[in-house]
Amino acid sequence: MSAREEILRRVRDATTDVTTSAGATPREPLTGSGAVGADGLTQFVETVEDYRADVVRVGPDGVAVAITAALRERGCGSVVVPEGLEPTWVDAVAEVAEVRRESQTRTHADLDATDGVVTAAALGIAVTGTIVLDHRADQGRRALTLVPDTHVCVVRADQVVQDVPDAVARLRPDAGDARPLTWISGPSATSDIELQRVEGVHGPRNLVVLLVEG
Amino acid sequence: MSTQARGGPVQQTSSTFIGMPAFPEAAREALDNTQQRKNLRHATHTIRDKRAAVVDELPEWEALRVAGADAKDEALTHLADYLEQLEESLVAQGATVHWARDAVEANRIALEIARAKEVDEVVKVKSMATQEIELNEALEEAGVHAWETDLAELIVQLGHDRPSHILVPAIHRNRNEIREIFLREMAKVGRPAPDDLTQDPARLAEAARLHLREKFLRARVGISGANFAIADTGTLVVVESEGNGRMCLTLPETLISVVGIEKVLPTWDDLAPMMQLLPRSSTGERMNPYTTMWTGAHDGDGPQDVHVILLDNGRSHVLADTVGREALRCIRCSACLNVCPVYERTGGHAYGSVYPGPIGAVLNPQLRGTSSAVDQSLPYASSLCGACFDACPVRINIPELLVELRGRVTEEGHAAESAAMKAAAWVLSDPKRLAGAQRASSLVGRVVGDRTIRSLPGLGAWTSARDVPTPPTESFRQWWARERGDDR
Ligand code: SF4
Repeated sequence: MSAREEILRRVRDATTDVTTSAGATPREPLTGSGAVGADGLTQFVETVEDYRADVVRVGPDGVAVAITAALRERGCGSVVVPEGLEPTWVDAVAEVAEVRRESQTRTHADLDATDGVVTAAALGIAVTGTIVLDHRADQGRRALTLVPDTHVCVVRADQVVQDVPDAVARLRPDAGDARPLTWISGPSATSDIELQRVEGVHGPRNLVVLLVEG
Repeated sequence: MSTQARGGPVQQTSSTFIGMPAFPEAAREALDNTQQRKNLRHATHTIRDKRAAVVDELPEWEALRVAGADAKDEALTHLADYLEQLEESLVAQGATVHWARDAVEANRIALEIARAKEVDEVVKVKSMATQEIELNEALEEAGVHAWETDLAELIVQLGHDRPSHILVPAIHRNRNEIREIFLREMAKVGRPAPDDLTQDPARLAEAARLHLREKFLRARVGISGANFAIADTGTLVVVESEGNGRMCLTLPETLISVVGIEKVLPTWDDLAPMMQLLPRSSTGERMNPYTTMWTGAHDGDGPQDVHVILLDNGRSHVLADTVGREALRCIRCSACLNVCPVYERTGGHAYGSVYPGPIGAVLNPQLRGTSSAVDQSLPYASSLCGACFDACPVRINIPELLVELRGRVTEEGHAAESAAMKAAAWVLSDPKRLAGAQRASSLVGRVVGDRTIRSLPGLGAWTSARDVPTPPTESFRQWWARERGDDR
């Protein structure tokens, strides 16, 4: 008997006492309250800051300036940009840093030699201070936001949802076109040495969230 | 109750852990270690206070616990259906699915994949399933180095040590010990620690970052576990803090994930309670810094050769126990460890397994059976105060399960002891028989050499209590047949 058949047989034998049919257990429904109001945005800012990420609230016209400022403050001399990043944001990057296209940084070593990355996001979660990337063209493949040390992430106010169930409801993978997801709540951190929090063991040590309102 | 009677083989894992001293003895050693006790107390209290604070933020916490328990129960009671669905979803998204009955089989599959890629090293993200099957050791034996990349695991690995806590595995080490381990060991296996390394945690973390990055960037095969495996979408989920998980899950060309069959969640929507329950219970955060979710292989992003090994290794055996099966709901958050007065004083090593603390006291005897001394002693490693049940995000009634297990151990223990006594009495009552037993030479004797055996499988508590001579070289049965003919 193959391992597959044997395990499935063992599991079926182990559950012969079960009389319900699959899917019959009722579970808490998702809340699904959608995008948040002003209070929710304030909560989002507070919870993101709680993780010692930096948050900047800007209007639609302020994004480019904020990107430039964030990269300059953190001394980023080279910045990788995803293929689908808003062109005016790419121009903003070019003002302070050497722009590296996603397609030009094919190797891990290329990315390792790059200081920062600028991306959009898929959504934000107010209660937990989480941003989620689904790695579409404006966010780039997963390695882009992982290897460079500074990540500037632009989140639109209408992308912020109240809580985890709202996010889960929005992020359900499409059959046949499931996107990978990265949930980020603050910069990389560890408490492994005597429980003292240290930032930036492996992922980016600087996370800047630009919240675009209006 | 015998294993056979409950239908299904128990866990197969090497004797490394099982050969450890039983809980009371190991606990006594741990109690002598004041540093460890101090660290543990600090750790458990810090995490538990943080946890209490973030749990209080959610008025619907009790409803979430029920939802979490329901989701796991739904998956467990119809596990075969959901496993088949999971496999189908994974394959549809381009993953290769393997099934492993036990540790040996899982390790062999992982090794074959690594061999096919012609690599002599892999990077790993902390995973209890791979610790349970001792995958690192199996790979190492075959000449493939497995690099642990979580900071704590790195400390443990470089220190030639074993993890002592699900969540903070190196909690038994202080910063000065860590500095010494880094200075002494890093150079032997890669980028050395800087000469001017101090005991400042930030400097220690920086040394680890540089040491490990070299390995991440060149690694071609990554190995992980999974916190959840979602049947209806085929999505695997890894929850972590440092980003080493993301490195292992996205940089290599090939990814191997070892997933216990109890990790299945029926639907995508079941993630909603889990993603609230797990981080809050585990590290006392509203959300852990990083979570990676992937569904098979993603074109142009991350590993293109994605393997999932579905592991039984005793889980179906636990599932067959209608009372004990709820232990399989465990999402390994470690909240029960942090509130346990017994664990706080003894530390994780005393449990003789990768699963320490209250849940370990339940799970290990269930997974391995109660034939070894350590597994017989574990159900007693509790004060039954009930704190673990209150802390558990999926409402596992640990105290109740421990009482149930105590009952079983007592029944079995007596039977085993009297059988052992009878066999021993028969041998010892006749000097000629004893001489014959000692003179003979057998496979068992060769394997264990001259060392005195402190614990024999099947004889359990009785032999562990006193040293017995190394057994004769032929099996007892062969010897019996030779000495006594077939007059049985
Ligand atoms: S038994 Fe419950 S509290 Fe303990 S580790 Fe498992 S899920 Fe967490």
